[in-house]
Amino acid sequence: MFDGLDALLLARIQFGFTVSFHFIFPAFSIGLASYLMVLEGLWLKTGRDIYLDLFRYWVKIFAIAFAMGVVSGIVMSYQFGTNWSVFSTKAGPVIGPLMAYEVLTAFFLEAGFLGVMLFGMSKVGKGLHFAATCMVALGTFISAFWILSVNSWMQTPTGFEMSPDGRFLPGESWLAIIFNPSFPYRLVHTVIAAYLTTAFVVGAVGAWHLLRDRANLHARKMFSMAMWMAAIVAPIQIFAGDMHGLNTLEHQPAKVMAMEGHYESHPDGAPLILFGIPNSAEKRIDYAVEVPKASSLILKHDLNAPLAGLDTIPDDREPPVPVIFWSFRVMVGIGFAMLGLGLWSLVARMRKRLYDWSWLHRAAVLMGPSGFVAVIAGWITTEVGRQPYTVYGHMLTAQSASPLAAPAVAASLIAFVIVYFAVFGAGAWYILHLMHKPAGPDESEPEHMPVRTAGITPAPAIATGAE
Amino acid sequence: MGINVDLTVVWAFIIAFAVFMYVVMDGFDLGIGILFPSFKVGDERDQAMNSIAPVWDGNETWLVLGGGGLFAAFPLAYGVVLTATYPLIIAMLLGLVFRGVAFEFRWRDPRHRALWDIAFSLGSFIAAFAQGVTLGAILQGVQVENQAYAGGWLDWLTPFSLLTGAGVVIGYALLGAAWLIWKVEGSAEAHARRLALWAGAGTLVAMAAVSAATPFLQFEYWKRWFDMPGVLATAQVPLLTAIVAVLFFRKLRGGATAAPFLLALALFALGFAGLGISLFPYIVPDSITIWDAAAPERSQIFMLVGTAIIMPVILAYTGWAYWVFRGKVGTHGYH
Repeated sequence: MFDGLDALLLARIQFGFTVSFHFIFPAFSIGLASYLMVLEGLWLKTGRDIYLDLFRYWVKIFAIAFAMGVVSGIVMSYQFGTNWSVFSTKAGPVIGPLMAYEVLTAFFLEAGFLGVMLFGMSKVGKGLHFAATCMVALGTFISAFWILSVNSWMQTPTGFEMSPDGRFLPGESWLAIIFNPSFPYRLVHTVIAAYLTTAFVVGAVGAWHLLRDRANLHARKMFSMAMWMAAIVAPIQIFAGDMHGLNTLEHQPAKVMAMEGHYESHPDGAPLILFGIPNSAEKRIDYAVEVPKASSLILKHDLNAPLAGLDTIPDDREPPVPVIFWSFRVMVGIGFAMLGLGLWSLVARMRKRLYDWSWLHRAAVLMGPSGFVAVIAGWITTEVGRQPYTVYGHMLTAQSASPLAAPAVAASLIAFVIVYFAVFGAGAWYILHLMHKPAGPDESEPEHMPVRTAGITPAPAIATGAE
Repeated sequence: MGINVDLTVVWAFIIAFAVFMYVVMDGFDLGIGILFPSFKVGDERDQAMNSIAPVWDGNETWLVLGGGGLFAAFPLAYGVVLTATYPLIIAMLLGLVFRGVAFEFRWRDPRHRALWDIAFSLGSFIAAFAQGVTLGAILQGVQVENQAYAGGWLDWLTPFSLLTGAGVVIGYALLGAAWLIWKVEGSAEAHARRLALWAGAGTLVAMAAVSAATPFLQFEYWKRWFDMPGVLATAQVPLLTAIVAVLFFRKLRGGATAAPFLLALALFALGFAGLGISLFPYIVPDSITIWDAAAPERSQIFMLVGTAIIMPVILAYTGWAYWVFRGKVGTHGYH
């Protein structure tokens, strides 16, 4: 099966596979943790049971998603050493401390308060429980902060010195490493993406239950909250993405050339290629549908601004164009579809038909998983766009891998594929199963669940709120 | 910078602390997984599961700190050791995947609960065994050339590493059984007490066997243990171990609830100290010392500042989370 594949390619496939799977869970849990915080906060503020019901409904789903995020995340923290030991040894002095800070400031915070958040409401009271929920939400954000700083440093490395033996050493200031040029943009763009992903999942679940029962108050609340997010945050995200793109043009022009499909330089205004088939062999886009000079307008804010193409980059330093060309279009396409749904919901809301337009609800159900697709597509765009480097401009991917035999990597890759599809497939099924059940008043756990009946069913501390 | 303290040694102790915290904390919940099949379906298993459900995630975070900390403080060792033990690390990670999701999945899917219980046990066993074999692989040394692993991908497989693998499985079972004595009631507690007796005896046998084999492996283990005057200090380790072992069995038979677990922790601390004496100052015996592997001073200082501030906070809220769920879990979960 793996004839002709070398250990390097296998290691890259393995990293891409495991991190793509992993990314799905934090993309969901970052947003969901904040949503749960908002729900619990609204419950404490208004005293309305509907918020507690929704909190209980979503916290069950959160528990499953979070567990899958944890176990797939532990794999990531060891893959740097198992499969990319040369990279780890050389870049460890710079990015290792950032990842250590992630563990210290984020993972412990999430894990330490998760138990109380899931099982402890009757033990610690409402106020402390809300504090625990806030800590978990804060932890997911801090985690995103550090790991995106690491990722951004690999894209736009700054603040380091090279040692004679080729190691990256920290320079005078850690701030120059942490706040490297692409980090602020990537952080904003990625965290908003996580919020949107969650909003569309919540919106789809609300819409699904509205299609079955328009009078369902819990479904209405979920759907309304999610559609506000879509209408307000989707345009912000498109703006943030544009800023991120301009930042990439400044620091990683080859990536933008691949995204745009610009094999050739355009001295007087580059066209915006909407669609087409990248032809790597001939270095051109076949069947291109393009808007003249629009790319220069977007990227340089000038119709006639010259834009360099991949012909200015040596062949062995170019990222693979077709993958990036397509993944970028998938991401952008979904972004505009999200905006469209948000605007549609605004129209429905203004006409007081938000809970009545079943085509809007069907569209929202269809768009439920769109955030995940967009997040993965965006991730592929930025990571594949970094190739052929691990540390952009300084360390080649081909020089980063561990000295492992191909059979060892092939065996582990097969094991990861089988286990991930089986385990996370089951997890996804359980989550869909929970989503299929409508949220209702006195939301609680099914019986025969000792752990949960302990934590989140009516108990003295929360009886006033629940009954 | 005028710092008299050797930051590399400080970091070696911090990493050792993180690994020890991991070993005892995830040790008891992996141990419960290993012993899980011997508990009766229903009440006994549910109690056992409930006793760790709120804390397992925090326990496992210490593994990430051990790995992440090693990456940050000793990047060379991180790269070499993880490459040398590649199949073991992958097996451990996959084992942890199975057992980690089982906590949630077994409640979500009563029809397949038996299947997730098997995943929980098997995953726990594989993770524990892989960790033990990794320990043996490090103790027996790995082949290093030009600052990179230079051996094959199955070099770690020896009778000695299998012995340490079995030892860690038994040791974790002891921690798990002792934890359950503290946290569960009724027939489950009685069963845990019987298991602790066997696992305690097994752990001592395993410790003795590993201790007997280690000085003969190669390297300078023998010298570090038996040279004068160091032997006066190192001899305290087996002596204290014997004392703790006697206390453990007396408390176990006397019906104490918390003492067996605390004494099992002491036993692990002594075993850990023994390993430290054998290895120090090497991370990879006779080829990479902590100073060879250390990150530059700027990285060490940057992390030390954060660790010094954040670690006490972590210990405080981790302690609080344990305190919230103190006492027996009871048949119907926490109340």
